[in-house]
Amino acid sequence: MKAIISLICGLLFGFGLTVASMTNPDKVLGFLNIFGAWDPSLAFVMIGAILITSPILYLQKHKVKPWFADNFSLPTLKEIDKNLVSGAVLFGIGWGLIGLCPGPAIASLALTNVNSIIFVISMIGAFVIVQFFKKN
Amino acid sequence: MTIINFTPLEAFIGGLIIGLSVVLFYVANGRIAGISGIINNSIFSKINRLDNILFIIGLILGPVLYKLIVNPNINFNISSSVPLLILAGLLVGAGTKIGSGCTSGHGICGISRFSKRSFVATFIFMISAIVTVLITRLI
Repeated sequence: MKAIISLICGLLFGFGLTVASMTNPDKVLGFLNIFGAWDPSLAFVMIGAILITSPILYLQKHKVKPWFADNFSLPTLKEIDKNLVSGAVLFGIGWGLIGLCPGPAIASLALTNVNSIIFVISMIGAFVIVQFFKKN
Repeated sequence: MTIINFTPLEAFIGGLIIGLSVVLFYVANGRIAGISGIINNSIFSKINRLDNILFIIGLILGPVLYKLIVNPNINFNISSSVPLLILAGLLVGAGTKIGSGCTSGHGICGISRFSKRSFVATFIFMISAIVTVLITRLI
């Protein structure tokens, strides 16, 4: 059941990104271009998503168990540290350069566009490199 | 200020669907739908590997479903050179891994959980991205 839910959740996520045009890098750059010709649409993605998630996630905090798993797997880190800040800065630069973040980048593989494939390979390459340094 | 290409309704509906995915993944599987985390775990962790891979497959099938039931044309415009694409991909990969999250993990899930770390991360990557766009448009 967990596996089926995972597939459905991925599908909904990718479908939602496409409906919102977040899979289009130029649309994302238009949203980030606050000081130029601005396209504020993507703020409504955030509003829509958080409208659905915030009450339910809050209520779930007080529940004992998820439906199909033994317990909730939540992030354990609580402190604001150097990694959080430097990581966010680097991610923001990369996002602002092209207009792709991990979700839309993976979803856009469906469009078999060579640019999105190059981006995803580079992104996964960086995951592997950082993982290597974490271990050593 | 000039406003262009404004499509608030589509964005809002897309956001609702994404929210539904996040909620279902949380209440059913007890997990956070942070995409960078799911990709990383599918590569580096044996725990829930099948679930992570299926989520990613679903994510790729999302636009396919859209083509079938909504509109066969999906816009995907990139006006950057290959070296810039690679640089951006590396920065997004390194940044989300070092900072433990991306637009979904921090921006949607984290903020919904009222996570202090996610509020800070989201604020920083938004500013960082906006400044980057500002600089690239000036060059």
